Amino acid sequence: MKHFAIVAPLVLISTWLVHTGLTAIGLLPVEASLQAVSIDAQIQIQLWLISFLFSLIVVTLFYGLVVFRRRPGETGDGAHIEGSTRLEIAWTLIPLITVLVLAYLGAQSLRDIRRVDPSAMEVDVTAGQWYWSFAYPDSGVTSDTLYLPINRQVLLRMNSKDVIHSFWVPQFRVKQDLVPGQTTELRVTPTLAGEYPLLCTELCGTSHAYMVAKVKVVSDAEFAGWISQQTTAVVDPVVQGRQLSQQYCAACHSVDGSQKVGPTWLGLAGSNVPLADGSSVLADEAYLKNSILNPNLNIVAGYSPNVMPSFSGTLDDAKVSALVAYIQSLGK
Amino acid sequence: MKKFLSLGLIRGLIWQAIGTAVGMGFISLIRVLLGMDVWAVEPAAVFGALVGAFSFLGGVGILTDWFRWAQGKETTDELDDSHLGWARYFGPSLDHKVIGIQYLIFSLFLMLVGGSFALIFRTELAEAQMQFLSPDLYNTIMSLHGMIMIVSILLGVAAFMNYLVPLLIGAKDMAFPRLNSFSFWIAVPAGIILLSSLLTGGFDTGWTGYPPLSARAPLGMQMFFLGVSLAGYSSILGGLNLIVTVMRYRANGMTAFRMPIFVWSAMATSLITLTATQLIGLSFQMVMLQRLFGLGFFDPIKGGNPILFQHLFWFYSHPAVYVFVLPGLGIISELLPVFVRKPLFGYRWVAMSSLGIALVGFLVWAHHMFTSGMQEYLRVPFMYSTMLVAVPTGVKFFSWVATVWRGKITFAVPMYFLLVGIVVFLLGGLTGPPSAVVSSDLHLQDTYYIVGHFHETMFGGYIFPFFAAIFYWFPKMTGRRLSEKLGKIQFWLMGPSFIIMSLLMMRIGLLGMRRRIADYDPTMGFQPYHFTMTVMGFITGLGVLVFLYNLVTSWKNGELATDNIWNSRSPEWQVPSPMPVHNYDRDLEVVGEPYDYGLAGSHYVAFKGGK
Repeated sequence: MKHFAIVAPLVLISTWLVHTGLTAIGLLPVEASLQAVSIDAQIQIQLWLISFLFSLIVVTLFYGLVVFRRRPGETGDGAHIEGSTRLEIAWTLIPLITVLVLAYLGAQSLRDIRRVDPSAMEVDVTAGQWYWSFAYPDSGVTSDTLYLPINRQVLLRMNSKDVIHSFWVPQFRVKQDLVPGQTTELRVTPTLAGEYPLLCTELCGTSHAYMVAKVKVVSDAEFAGWISQQTTAVVDPVVQGRQLSQQYCAACHSVDGSQKVGPTWLGLAGSNVPLADGSSVLADEAYLKNSILNPNLNIVAGYSPNVMPSFSGTLDDAKVSALVAYIQSLGK
Repeated sequence: MKKFLSLGLIRGLIWQAIGTAVGMGFISLIRVLLGMDVWAVEPAAVFGALVGAFSFLGGVGILTDWFRWAQGKETTDELDDSHLGWARYFGPSLDHKVIGIQYLIFSLFLMLVGGSFALIFRTELAEAQMQFLSPDLYNTIMSLHGMIMIVSILLGVAAFMNYLVPLLIGAKDMAFPRLNSFSFWIAVPAGIILLSSLLTGGFDTGWTGYPPLSARAPLGMQMFFLGVSLAGYSSILGGLNLIVTVMRYRANGMTAFRMPIFVWSAMATSLITLTATQLIGLSFQMVMLQRLFGLGFFDPIKGGNPILFQHLFWFYSHPAVYVFVLPGLGIISELLPVFVRKPLFGYRWVAMSSLGIALVGFLVWAHHMFTSGMQEYLRVPFMYSTMLVAVPTGVKFFSWVATVWRGKITFAVPMYFLLVGIVVFLLGGLTGPPSAVVSSDLHLQDTYYIVGHFHETMFGGYIFPFFAAIFYWFPKMTGRRLSEKLGKIQFWLMGPSFIIMSLLMMRIGLLGMRRRIADYDPTMGFQPYHFTMTVMGFITGLGVLVFLYNLVTSWKNGELATDNIWNSRSPEWQVPSPMPVHNYDRDLEVVGEPYDYGLAGSHYVAFKGGK
């Protein structure tokens, strides 16, 4: 009994130390959604449990290793104890009840996360290799940045053009895959104004690491202002092209001459492009359009086919022309 | 040169090359006869690789006896190849001990390859921006690291089950020696085909191979699918063989609850490999067929469903995790009493907990899919079933601690690795529930947190117990012992560095680091963590190099150890090391409990009669 009297307080002290240490270093990013509050509450409960169980096993184990070690000169064996049915039943039933409670709390939390606000704003999210696109059906606006009004639930209706992608904003906590051939949904209620990264978390090919977009949580007034600006602005094709390129192209094509997955656009328009088959071609408007819609037609020397997807279903004529105008503005 | 060419492995490789060429030629011939273009890379490569794999088996001589039986000819069971020296490890053998060591060598080889891949991409991650890998090469190497390590672990598990189980139950060999040999040798061409994906365009899907991405990846994807499917036969047949062996060939008196505890975990493992491995083979073959013949299993345009793949895939790939760890946990339970000098606490509960984990493990697969877009309500029952795994796992931890309590604990290198195994597996176990609870998993899924959690379960449940087992049973294999001093150096290199690395993985995962990305945003502040993890990774790797040095030098010049150096009660230590070719030359009878350390005058086994 003497040993238990020493171990029990040690376990409690260790539990407190582990928990305090883990909490002090700040485990999670800033909490920026209603859903994050519910999720973080779960993680807090789990953290106490982890701290306690870790301490219980490790402290008891190492206490035993030190106190019951074979000392120099000793030869005998340990005490002949085969087991204890009572103890076994206890450490089967208590963990069983604990995990069932944890799962019950988790289910409650899931219910909170999924709670439907009938006045939620809808946004259609489209993902493809390697871009994010956001359409606001109420106003007809399309954007490469996800603007969200604060304290209003948003229903994201999500589709993928090609392979599986996944929507994750660490500050919102919640995550949902986008699957080709079906629409998946995610509800988020942003609660903290600011700019956050939207990251693709499902490996989706070459430029997966760069499949990132911005999320801006703004006040109602700013949001309304942004919408009206988007709907009224008369856009210069070069400006529009640059916006499109940041959404669809910048993961693979640089505009400053640096090397990425695809050729740079700096000085591209009007130049003679060497092709993989040994010939070369003048980068005129027709070539640039073709390269966006049928990328495998002309493979630039030093690059592989089938890396760049075709954008023929994604970008309409006007958008392709705007992109070409922008590329030409970077040319000779 | 002649001796070199007569090695089974070399013959097999030559035959595999020829078979691959013949298979490719056959496809081209059919295409010519049908009036199509002669050359179609993908069908030719896949069929060629398949024919090559079975040619390999023919070349090694694995199929010879079965052909002779089909012709009604006699074969000999008394194949004593101990006169061959080291060469017996490179050719076909019917001796479970030789096959076990073959598994072990091949497993270590693949572990080195897979580990090197990890160090390569870890170096790339040490700094933000791409330094020396292209994104595609990064994806390929990262994906291959995963699958090569998995195959390596499966082979390592098979190594110990093959080598130990017949010895532990007092049998002369496995139930089906030829099938045993086949199970090992099919894994060799499978491994070669898997590695060949590096040279055939690579693939960028991770080890999970999710379509539609895998349906459009380069040719390397097919080699990956085919290699894994073939390696699956090794698991399935090995599991079958082991179950029959344990059921039918136990020594007199060895009732179920007098079996060594490792045998229980080997049984639980084999039940999984025998019944679940088919599902990963099936899911991979369906993508292969989708690519080869345009069948639309997972293609939404043709009415297929990408999520179906994930169900099929995880139905094996989750229980597979228990295949990796159950034998390791069995080794901890088996060796702890020897070093603690005290019976295993609650033997029956520990035995049943292995079966419990195996059983519940079949019911939890969809917890990998909480964010996948499957039916939403399914997430709740899968959360409950996943949480249940914690119960039998907890029984093991509590029993280990209770075993240590009031022992007379001795410390040798195997004990060091057992202890770090317990602590690391505890870390892996405790970080599981947050990702089993749906709502917290919405944050954790597909982040570096999961990478850290998973590697902790693998190092705690497999790698560290695996090294404990090698240090413990090496004298039984060779008659010499590994250097304790080098073992302790290896322990201090691997243990702390791995723990630091895995904790940092989980830390940055919680903060927003995604898994499987070739590059990360330097403004997120992860760079110092990544740099530290890379350094720790190299220190862990250095530990493995020390081990290899120890292995090679001790095999030749290690301290002789022919006696029961661990003072164990287990039957294999009651006969001199190295183990004789036909195991026990006298009949063996179980007369007591396996772990009655501290009970004066008791024995586990007795030998009957003289020589």
